[in-house]
Amino acid sequence: MASKRRGLPEINAGSMADIAFLLLIFFLVTTTMDVDTGIARKLPPIPEEEQETPPEIHAKNIYTVLINTNNQLLVEGEYMDISQLKEGAKAFIDNNGRDPSSSENPEKAIISLQNDRGTQYVTYIRVQNELAAAYNELRNKEALNKFGERYIDLNKTQKKEIRKMYPQKISEAEPKNIGGDS
Amino acid sequence: MSKFRKGEKKGMPAISTASLPDIVFMLLFFFMVTTVMRETTLFVSVVTPKATEIKKMEKKSLVSYIYIGSPIKRMQASYGSAARIQLNDAFAEVGEIQEFIATEREAKDEKEIPYMTASIKADETVKMGIITDVKQELRKANALKINYSTRKGTY
Repeated sequence: MASKRRGLPEINAGSMADIAFLLLIFFLVTTTMDVDTGIARKLPPIPEEEQETPPEIHAKNIYTVLINTNNQLLVEGEYMDISQLKEGAKAFIDNNGRDPSSSENPEKAIISLQNDRGTQYVTYIRVQNELAAAYNELRNKEALNKFGERYIDLNKTQKKEIRKMYPQKISEAEPKNIGGDS
Repeated sequence: MSKFRKGEKKGMPAISTASLPDIVFMLLFFFMVTTVMRETTLFVSVVTPKATEIKKMEKKSLVSYIYIGSPIKRMQASYGSAARIQLNDAFAEVGEIQEFIATEREAKDEKEIPYMTASIKADETVKMGIITDVKQELRKANALKINYSTRKGTY
């Protein structure tokens, strides 16, 4: 009965930490804290039937961007490569009446985006991205001028002020078929 | 002197590591609980387009996802390879979106409804036709806050 006297040998729990660590590392690695990112947009509400005719907007305050089935851009009636769109949009928004055929001021400037049913989604997103970039760069410039900080580092009221100066007005027109069938 | 010698003789007491497993287990449980397994199985292949001007989406519980893409290989035999819409765990037609938004709304608190966002997770190769249809349906359902899901990157 020697064993009885000795009692049950204690299980060595020293390696428990190692096992737990192993599991921990497994979960650490597999956890994907995938943050969803994207371009946020607001859709216009469906117009009500008895709505009065909307206020007239001067044609010069509208920057039309058309994308056709072949993913080509027609900006203000002229063919344009997508790489030039940002600069073009910036020049239009920040025109401030310099060019009489372009926008009066950033608050009145509207970008009208129209696409065809056959346009590829990736092109559409690229255009949206370029237009958003144009606005962001202008806001950034203004923020640096006014507050000496980048737009994202501003506080809420300052952001609001900048946003009021450069409101992002991108209108996505009612679906139309432009340039060929889908 | 004797006092000090006494201390020296004892040496540093070993730090007990007995509670180490407990700490590690705590961390382990934290990660096990926070790991979210993807709740929907995707039947469509979606590679979202790249963009630079992206924003992080907040409040994931208030986001309804609309997947658009061509069916995955396994499903192509029965569904073809044309782009389709997936809502929750099944393929859907454009007309079902309004109903989908309505059921999503029912599950939420009334105060939260204005903050609900519809996230369009569409594949790069999808044509705008289907997206336009989805957008029109969302407008009809009065779900005006949308988000085009994109990855970070440039072309």
